[in-house]
Amino acid sequence: MPLDAKIPGGPLAEKWDRHLFELKLINPANKRKYDIIVVGTGLAGGSAAATLAELGYNVKTFCIQDSPRRAHSIAAQGGINAAKNYPNDGDSIWRLFYDTVKGGDFRSREANVYRLAQVSNHIIDHCVAQGIPFARDYGGLLANRSFGGAQVSRTFYARGQTGQQLLLGAYSALSRQIADGKVQMFARREMLDLVVINGQARGIVVRNLINGQIERHDAHAVVLCTGGYGNVFFLSTNAMASNVTAAFRVYKKGAWFANPCFTQIHPTCIPVHGTYQSKLTLMSESLRNDGRVWVPKNPGDKRSPSQIPEAERDYFLEEKYPSFGNLVPRDVASRNAKEQCDMGKGVGKTRLAVYLDFADAIKRDTKAVIENKYGNLFQMYEKITAEDPYETPMRIYPAVHYTMGGLWVDYNLMSTIDGLFVMGEANFSDHGANRLGASALMQGLADGYFIIPYTIGGYLAGAELPDVSTDHAAFKETENEVQSRTDKLLAINGKRTVDDIHKELGLIMWEYCGMARNNEGLEKARNLIQQLRGEFWENVTVPGSGKDFNQSLERAGRAADFLEFAELMIMDALARQESCGGHFNEAYQTEAHEARRDDENFCYAAAWEFSGGDKEPQVHKEPLVFENVDLSQRSYK
Amino acid sequence: MTKTINLTLKIWRQSGPDRKGRLDTYPATDISTDMSFLEMLDVINEKLTLAGKDPIAYDHDCREGICGMCGAVVNGRAHGPEKGTTLCQLHMRHFSDGDTVVVEPWRAKAFPIIKDLVVDRSAFDIIIQAGGFISANTGGAQDANAIPAPQAAAEKAMDAAACIGCGACVAACPNAAAMLFTGAKISHLALLPQGRPEAAKRAINMLKTMDRLGFGNCTNERECEAECPKEISIVNIARMNREFLMASFFSEEN
Ligand SMILES: Cc1cc2nc3c(=O)[nH]c(=O)nc-3n(C[C@H](O)[C@H](O)[C@H](O)COP(=O)(O)OP(=O)(O)OC[C@H]3O[C@@H](n4cnc5c(N)ncnc54)[C@H](O)[C@@H]3O)c2cc1C
Ligand code: FES
Repeated sequence: MPLDAKIPGGPLAEKWDRHLFELKLINPANKRKYDIIVVGTGLAGGSAAATLAELGYNVKTFCIQDSPRRAHSIAAQGGINAAKNYPNDGDSIWRLFYDTVKGGDFRSREANVYRLAQVSNHIIDHCVAQGIPFARDYGGLLANRSFGGAQVSRTFYARGQTGQQLLLGAYSALSRQIADGKVQMFARREMLDLVVINGQARGIVVRNLINGQIERHDAHAVVLCTGGYGNVFFLSTNAMASNVTAAFRVYKKGAWFANPCFTQIHPTCIPVHGTYQSKLTLMSESLRNDGRVWVPKNPGDKRSPSQIPEAERDYFLEEKYPSFGNLVPRDVASRNAKEQCDMGKGVGKTRLAVYLDFADAIKRDTKAVIENKYGNLFQMYEKITAEDPYETPMRIYPAVHYTMGGLWVDYNLMSTIDGLFVMGEANFSDHGANRLGASALMQGLADGYFIIPYTIGGYLAGAELPDVSTDHAAFKETENEVQSRTDKLLAINGKRTVDDIHKELGLIMWEYCGMARNNEGLEKARNLIQQLRGEFWENVTVPGSGKDFNQSLERAGRAADFLEFAELMIMDALARQESCGGHFNEAYQTEAHEARRDDENFCYAAAWEFSGGDKEPQVHKEPLVFENVDLSQRSYK
Repeated sequence: MTKTINLTLKIWRQSGPDRKGRLDTYPATDISTDMSFLEMLDVINEKLTLAGKDPIAYDHDCREGICGMCGAVVNGRAHGPEKGTTLCQLHMRHFSDGDTVVVEPWRAKAFPIIKDLVVDRSAFDIIIQAGGFISANTGGAQDANAIPAPQAAAEKAMDAAACIGCGACVAACPNAAAMLFTGAKISHLALLPQGRPEAAKRAINMLKTMDRLGFGNCTNERECEAECPKEISIVNIARMNREFLMASFFSEEN
């Protein structure tokens, strides 16, 4: 099957409007004849479910947590981009588009990114109409701040809780539709497989996490909004339940997985401090608006930060990138922090940290101003580290944060399985090899509020969808597969816990498939992962039963999928013999240690097709065509 | 400074909604004071698992104090002894070597226990469904800056909107009332110009629903405010009452 992204013709700026006109419509009275399953209630899923229901579709929505309001999106701190140009600093749709394509190191699709920039402004309008309490200035108009990879202020925010407020907005819209009976909400359910009938996605099989029942749900289309797979590294800034399971199971059912090795390591997180640690905490990128990153000039300098005089400090980002300074994109900031630590200039007990210092900002703006902007982040830092960042610089280090890779989708957000749409962090579409700050929230809401409502109609209107019910043999078969997998996990009865093995996987991935990669390490990792997977299926222990509330079993299923998926990441990293964005192969770097792309050979999205059993997956290439921007070496100097 | 401590845990174990529960005792040894409370429970669970015993069930997800998933009553206090802190953000440095720590689930008629420390809080979702929204369909909004909102009001709205829906207010209240939760949502929306058109209907419907779900009445104990991990103020309850009264007397929705 050739990869057809179905990008509409015509000039870039007119593609989406033209496509909207060309898409088939379903008349309002007929929409109620269609059932749509939305898996996930984060920004992407919550906004999609609410909007589809407003249009008249029957929606069934699923999430792992006890309430749709708790999806991982809730934790997003810093903000959401839009090309409003309210500050009058020269922003435009074109500039947001350009910054995002460049930030992604020219590995994303022009047409998708342009559309994202186009709808970004509608998102802000809609969110304000919903009552999102965005920050405002004295005149009562909306305020903005800056994020990495941009020289304009285009980020809208609600203190350090932007994700929370946007998600609660989507949740409130969803709640209204639940009350109206247009959405049926299934919380505490985990999707464990997709049901495909005649090549079309027609339903899902889920486990009820309260009583262990395996349930079947049918529909005319399935929309997957299940988030990213950063937890393959065990330690990440993602919520504990974030997983690859739904995405990986649909990959096994025929949806191709694109660019799995594109992961984002965020520069400003609280450093690792102990082996019992369960997750890493982000300190929002917005802090780089006011915080200055530095290390001691002399390797091995163990003095406390206050004793290191100005002249003996190395503000390495400001030095190296004078025009973007501390606001270079994440991949660049992370690699530089690692480089400083590798040179022995790291700080703190583990020497794997750099300082993020607010002393100058406090002097300039007063403590009250800084507190108002970042109070909750400072408080969070203090709770975790018992250090007061108003008094002493924060210590930060890069951590796994976001995954640009995801299921391959076309311009309509449909995967390679008909009727299976994928949105939000779970797809691969808009961020190329590196995502700019404040653009994931934008993408999730763009997909859910403003894209899927139209494109799904186009699919439903054109597809032949025979009646099926959950009695269909395909449902029975899928349910059996799910059940036997669960039984298998419970029967191993070995000697290692799920977390113990998952932690080991995380260390392998961090070491060999993290901030810097090389072929030898990747080959080694592949072996190690295969061995560890063997170990898991022979020696893991999962207590309790499948017919009960069983959190160990939930984690076991997710870890099992991570153990397989990790190998796909490695294969993808090995196949991409270049460096770009977050994928940094040491063999391909410029003299200044920046990622060196190879546009001649690798200017494509790699989409992996599952080949069954233990067979090597096949890679398909979607060439990325740049008609509107010049492919250039990214420079933030 | 990092050190390690030893504790005795007494944890509520209950295998299902209709089963009898009891406090079981577990030693927690060599606990690093840098651990979070949940990481400490992780350590206990790893040991229980390897010993072939059923690990303790507890809800959690973000472990950053924002999703509202975690929560337990620790030594009689919702989310434990630290002010303005969720259980996942509570660190073991706030305990002393030799302490006995009693851990119980939220207790409220409207929050039935599912297992151990896990409770069913879907009643909160039902309260929101009764009116915790602004009825604005996607697509019709005017430019975001067309409706200015006074900065002070927007800040107060944000103070109220910071609620994470964890249920600590209900667990802390002697009457198991949900006034702080409901008041926070009503206030958030009532303070903004966009929220005014539905303010009366919202207050009436949300309060009626809250009563119907079996939450108790407010008798001004102020425990909710004291235990709220986001330090939501009871001013929001007063504002809700005002909205409700205005709605009852003057509104056409009545
Ligand atoms: C700490 C942090 C801060 C961030 N800050 C920002 C920021 O300031 N700006 C920005 O733009 N981005 C930010 N991001 C990134 C952004 O938050 C995420 O990329 C985005 O929220 C993802 O949204 P989503 O809807 O795709 O998925 P999620 O919010 O992850 O939602 C996934 C949903 O799927 C459900 N689900 C998952 N698997 C299953 C399954 N098998 N069965 C059933 N349901 C399932 C979950 O229950 C959940 O409802 C941040 C990320 C983190 C970790
Ligand atoms: S786990 Fe999210 S608030 Fe505690």
